[in-house]
Amino acid sequence: MAVTSEASLRYSTHPLDKYLRADRLPHIWCSGCGIGVALGSILRAIDRRVREGSLDPSKVVFVTGIGCSARASFYVGFDSAHTIHGRAIAFASGAKLANPELQVMVVGGDGDIAGIGGNHLIHAARRNLDIIVFMITNFVYAMTGGQLAPTTPQGLYTTTTPHGNPERPLNVIKLVSALMPNYVARASITHPPLIEQYTYKALGMEGFRFIEIMSTCPEVFGRHAGYRDPVTLYNVLRSKVRVKQNPHVDESELSWESGIVLGEYLIRNEPGYVRKLKEVVR
Amino acid sequence: MKHKVPLSGNSAVAYAVKAMDVDVVSAYPITPQTTIVEKIAEFVANGELDAKVIHVESEHSALSAAVGASATGARIFTASSSQGIALMYEIMFIASSMRLPIVMTIATRALSAPINIWNDHSDFMAVSDTGWVMMMAENNQEAHDDVVLAYRIAEDPRVLLPVATALDGFFMTHTIEPIEVISREEGLEFAPKKKTWYTLDPDNPVTMGALGDPNWYFEFKKQQYEALKNSRTVFDEAVKEFEKKFGRSYGPVEYFGNEDAEVVLVAMGHVSGNIKAFIEKTSAGNVGLLRVKLYRPFPEDLIVKHLENAEIVGVIDRALVPGSPYGGPLYSDVIVTLSKNNLSKKVVDFIAGLGGRPVTLGHIKNIVEKLEELKLKPQKDLPKEPLFVGVRE
Ligand SMILES: Cc1ncc(C[n+]2csc(CCOP(=O)(O)OP(=O)(O)O)c2C)c(N)n1
Ligand code: SF4
Repeated sequence: MAVTSEASLRYSTHPLDKYLRADRLPHIWCSGCGIGVALGSILRAIDRRVREGSLDPSKVVFVTGIGCSARASFYVGFDSAHTIHGRAIAFASGAKLANPELQVMVVGGDGDIAGIGGNHLIHAARRNLDIIVFMITNFVYAMTGGQLAPTTPQGLYTTTTPHGNPERPLNVIKLVSALMPNYVARASITHPPLIEQYTYKALGMEGFRFIEIMSTCPEVFGRHAGYRDPVTLYNVLRSKVRVKQNPHVDESELSWESGIVLGEYLIRNEPGYVRKLKEVVR
Repeated sequence: MKHKVPLSGNSAVAYAVKAMDVDVVSAYPITPQTTIVEKIAEFVANGELDAKVIHVESEHSALSAAVGASATGARIFTASSSQGIALMYEIMFIASSMRLPIVMTIATRALSAPINIWNDHSDFMAVSDTGWVMMMAENNQEAHDDVVLAYRIAEDPRVLLPVATALDGFFMTHTIEPIEVISREEGLEFAPKKKTWYTLDPDNPVTMGALGDPNWYFEFKKQQYEALKNSRTVFDEAVKEFEKKFGRSYGPVEYFGNEDAEVVLVAMGHVSGNIKAFIEKTSAGNVGLLRVKLYRPFPEDLIVKHLENAEIVGVIDRALVPGSPYGGPLYSDVIVTLSKNNLSKKVVDFIAGLGGRPVTLGHIKNIVEKLEELKLKPQKDLPKEPLFVGVRE
C-alpha cells in the first residue's frame, strides 16, 4: 500500500501532506467547519507515532460510514473504506479480526456512530474490541442539512425541529463508559492539542478506545442555532467546554446550559478482544 | 382553472401530506428525500398540520414506528430514498403482511456502492416484491396527486395495503414546477379519514403479526396476493373520481404518440417527459411512448393493449439486475406479460441513466435509431443482452 501518492509528494508543502491524498483536495468541508481541525490533530498524533517508530503507517486503516465527518476516509493516504451510514464499526470489526495486525480507526459523526450505528458502538465497546472510534459531535445530522441528531441539545432549532428540540440528548461518554472499554475521552476542536494528546495515547493502547470530539458546523447547525458565523460558533463552543483532569462520568452531561466537560473519563488496561479471542481459539 | 403555486417535487409531496391531515410522520433524513419531511416539520411547527413527527434513529425504525402507529388506526406518512429504502426492506414485508395502509414516498436514488446520491430506480425496483402498491410519477403535479390517491387506495377496505409513491430524485424532488395544490377540505372529501382496518384496541385486545404456523401462513399469503391484485379495480375507480373532482386524469399507464406507431418505448418516471419532447420535436409519428405509472400491481391488460400492434418495443430500464436472464426489471415485467398473452414481440432492453447520468434527447434518438435498425432484423437476431446507453466501455 502506498501511503502517499506521487502527486502528493510532488506538491508537498505541509508536514501532514504525506498522510493525505492531495489529488482529492480541495475537500468538501465548508469553510469554518471543525472537522478539518479534528482530522489534522488525529494525523499529527499518527505522525508523532510514526516518527517515533511505534506505528507502521502501512498498517493504519481508516473506516468511516457516511456523513461530513465520515468523509475523512476519502482524503487520508491510508488504506480506507467509506462504507455505509451507521455500519463503520461493524466493518471495522471485520477488518480488525481478519487481520489483527492492523491499527483500525473509525471516524464518524454523532448520527453515524451513536444514532443509526449506536448498536454496533455498544457491542464493540462491550467486547473491548481493539479499534479506535472518533465520534465528531456537531449536534446535528450535518451532511443531510442539519436535522435533529441524538446529541442535539434540548430546545435547539434544527430543520426537523423548527419549534425547538423536545428530546433529551444522548450522553455517549456515559453510555460507552458503562460498557467498561479501555479508553473513553472527550476532546474539542477548540483545543486541538488535546485531540492530538488523546489520540497519541489511544494509539499506544489495546482494546476499545473511544474519543468524542466536540466540533463546529457553522453551515447547518450554526445557521439554525443562531450562530451562522464560524468564529461566533467557535467562540460559543469555546465558552461551553472546560478541560478537567480525570473527570467523573457523572460530569459528562452534554449540556448546552451548564457546559461540556473535556477530559479522559476512563483509562483501563484490560486485555483487548483480540487477545481474549486468542486465549480461547488457539 | 385553479391558481398554481411554484413548488419543488418534495414540497409538492409535503403539501399533499398536509391535505391528507396525516396524524403521524416518522422519518430519518436522507438525500434527496429529506426536504419532504423538513417541510412537513415546518407545517407542524406553524400549526398548519396537527401531526406528530417522530425523529427516529434509522429508516428501519422509521417504518417500524409507522407500523406501530398505523396499527393504532392513525394515518401515517413516511419517506425515504436509496440506502434508507434498503434498510426498510425487512419492515416493508411486515407492513404489507399486517395489511396496514401506510403511505410512503420514495425519492428515487441509486444504491451504493460506490456512494451515489443521484437518481435512478435501483431503490424502487429493489422493493417491488414486498407486497406494496407502487406507483411512480412523471412530474411534480403528479407526485402531489399520487399521495392523495395513495391514501384513498390504501385505506379502501378491499385493499388495506401500504402504498409507495415515487418521484425521481433531484430531477423532480429539487426542481420547481407550477402545482395546483389540493386543499385539506378537497383532500379529505376525496379520501376521508375512516378506520377501515383492523387496529389495536385496548377494549378488545388483539395480537397482530403473531405466529402463523404452517396451518395458517399460506392462507394469509394468498389473501395478500388477492388484495394486491384487486387494488387495481380500486385504483381505476380512484383515478376516475379524481378526474371528476380535480380535472386531472391518470391511468395505470399513459400512452403518448400515434396509437399505431411501429416503435414503442416503455419507460417510467421523469425520463418519459424527455421521450415525449423527442416525439413532439421530431414529429416522430412512428414512435410511441408507453409510460408505466402503476408498477404494482402491474397493469398487464394495458401493456398488451398498447404493445399489441408495435413492430418493436424498447424498454428503458433505470435499474439493473446482474446475473438475471433479463437485465432490467421493467423489461422482465413486459416480457412476461407479453409471453403470458401469447404475443411474440421484438423487445429490446436498454439500461440507461444509472447513478444520475441524464438520459438526454440524444440518447433517446440513439435508442430509436437502434430500434429502427433492429426492426428490420428477424427476431432471432435481436440482442440477447441489454444494451447500455451512454456508458463508457
Ligand atoms: C441508511 C442511510 N440513511 C440515511 C442516510 C443519509 N445520511 C447521510 S449522512 C447522514 C447523517 C450525517 O450526520 P452525522 O453522522 O452526524 O455526520 P455529520 O455529517 O454531522 O458529520 C445521513 C442521515 C444514509 N446515507 N444511509
Ligand atoms: S455541513 Fe457542517 S459539518 Fe458538514 S462540512 Fe459543512 S460545516 Fe462541516
